[in-house]
Amino acid sequence: MDAFTTHRGIVAPLDRANVDTDQIIPKQFLKSIKRTGFGPSAFFDWRYQIDGTPNPEFELNKPRYAERSILLTRNNFGCGSSREHAVWALAQDGYRAIVAPFRGEGDDHIPGFADIFKNNCSKNGVVTIELSEAAVEEIFQAVFAEEGLEATVNLEDQKLILHKASGDMVYSFEYDDSVKNKLVNGLDDIEESLQYMDDIKSFEQTHDTWMLS
Amino acid sequence: MAKTLFEKIWDRHLVRDLPDGTSLLYIDRHLVHEVTSPQAFEGLRLTGRNVRHPELTFSTMDHNVPTDENRLNIQDPISAAQVEALEKNCADFGINLYGIGDSRQGIVHVIGPELGITLPGLTMVCGDSHTSTHGAFGALAFGIGTSEVEHVLATQTLRQKKARTFKVEYTGKLSPHVHSKDMVLKLIGMIGTAGGTGSVFEFCGEAVRSLSMEARMTICNMSIEGGARAGLIAPDETTFEYITAKDRPFAPKGAELERALAQWRSLPSDPDAVFDRTLTIDASKIAPQVTWGTSPGMVIDVDQPVPGLNDVAGYSPADVRKALDYMGLESGQKMTDIRPDTIFIGSCTNSRIEDLRRAAAILKGRKKADSIKLLVVPGSHQVRLQAEAEGLDKVFKDAGAEWRWAGCSMCLAMNPDKLAPQERCASTSNRNFEGRQGAGGRTHLVSPEMAAAAAVEGHFVDIRTWNGGN
Ligand code: SF4
Repeated sequence: MDAFTTHRGIVAPLDRANVDTDQIIPKQFLKSIKRTGFGPSAFFDWRYQIDGTPNPEFELNKPRYAERSILLTRNNFGCGSSREHAVWALAQDGYRAIVAPFRGEGDDHIPGFADIFKNNCSKNGVVTIELSEAAVEEIFQAVFAEEGLEATVNLEDQKLILHKASGDMVYSFEYDDSVKNKLVNGLDDIEESLQYMDDIKSFEQTHDTWMLS
Repeated sequence: MAKTLFEKIWDRHLVRDLPDGTSLLYIDRHLVHEVTSPQAFEGLRLTGRNVRHPELTFSTMDHNVPTDENRLNIQDPISAAQVEALEKNCADFGINLYGIGDSRQGIVHVIGPELGITLPGLTMVCGDSHTSTHGAFGALAFGIGTSEVEHVLATQTLRQKKARTFKVEYTGKLSPHVHSKDMVLKLIGMIGTAGGTGSVFEFCGEAVRSLSMEARMTICNMSIEGGARAGLIAPDETTFEYITAKDRPFAPKGAELERALAQWRSLPSDPDAVFDRTLTIDASKIAPQVTWGTSPGMVIDVDQPVPGLNDVAGYSPADVRKALDYMGLESGQKMTDIRPDTIFIGSCTNSRIEDLRRAAAILKGRKKADSIKLLVVPGSHQVRLQAEAEGLDKVFKDAGAEWRWAGCSMCLAMNPDKLAPQERCASTSNRNFEGRQGAGGRTHLVSPEMAAAAAVEGHFVDIRTWNGGN
């Protein structure tokens, strides 16, 4: 996997909550046995009209977002099916980072991203950034107001820097250390885990899995 | 120290903690289906790696397979290619495959328990979010992405961070005709589709204990719709009875079984174990549930009207507006006035023998309304055979239903069974997302009994009082 340190790009808004992976990549595209070619199908049902032409009503189809690489959305993005095709589609459609708000605390907490989706992003070099609802709202307004607004994702420092005409706005975000280490250094999970083969083998010596031999 | 069921399983599968703060967790069973595995096998080939434990890996075909009489000849060439890829991958790597035409074929989450692959205390994964189903046996089972599928194939382990524990206790007894589907939909309505994120549910309480294994699977199946990757139910005599009552080829027998039972009996959470979060639901107050929107959290008691824009906790008025427009509904409309076009009884949530029995009990001696298309799709070939042995197929056919072969069918529209735009469906599946059952299709999630009664009347009914409540 390519290492991720910093990335600068145009931010595009998808002003919807609970966007599920069936929306990100509909089932007809899951029939592929390849890992590539999913990009043009991202958000298919919203993105295209019945006749296959781009839907002008869909916000991400606006010409001002044609060169975008950072997606701004609302909470619980990527819920539903575990399909990694959703992340492949977004990555291949040019997204390097996704920003979404978490809401509330404790029992009322609603995360920016669903678990499996977030995990899948981490395997494909797509950075998931969770900020407060107030911060995300502020960024939405800035994106609506300023055409071509860019941001920089600095993963090492865990900062999102919004480059507004009036000056930079800096937002810090929490990020899992182990995932960060992997992304920043472009490490391969399996390669790393295989180094623990001795531990796995000795575990297997005494472990019951109740398989009939 | 007192431990929860989750913690006991975790501890028994911990290979080691890793320096980066994650843990290497041993995986006992890996289920594989045709949709989320091809890229993982391709990854193995590219890196020259092997499948570490093909004997712990089990494979079937369910998403793409047609369920009609012509099912053996897949017409869609891309679906056929995916099915062929799985055949080749299983042959190349020596993996058990229950393909189309095999008497053990079926939806992956139906055949696992049926064949005794699913057992208490195990860790199980599959590239499929409804792997949570197997938690009904007290197995820690969760869905993973394709990169992780490759990781498990290569190492038989997974790198994980320990989840939080979330106890959901259902006290009291359910009303007649209210069942486990209603229990889990009610929960999702209360906590939202993200309420369990980062957690593992443990379902317990009197109302859970009195459920059959099939009904327990329905609850655990939809853990993911509540945001949790896994849901657990402590194994008990009902569980052991299910495992031992029939010949389940992969379940332990004889002395092995005795040893296993002793271990399984030590699994339930200790009485003083502490959960990160606890929620209590009075089961006696649960009404039949029907979803009205495009998320499983958009759900309501059948005797309530479609909610107003500002009446739905966890969703903005704009979200509610979008959902109602998509569904073609108006706030204030009675749920019981909604008229589905199609009724789908099937999917890994509700396609087991008990689900079919419950639906058949409603349909027996009755006919579907003329306006309705009724599809009954058993979850596995074994379920189909058993239903036929009990004469249920006849009940369905006499009621005007199509009686199908096993597969995911109309749950996700990857095969020929799908909704047309704006076609309205009462479905016993688990997801009512936009387009899930076909582009533009409108899904209402319900229990098998509610679906069957809607088929008879042509609109939703309150099953508790319908036909005098009998
Ligand atoms: S029945 Fe539906 S939810 Fe279950 S495995 Fe098949 S597609 Fe997934």
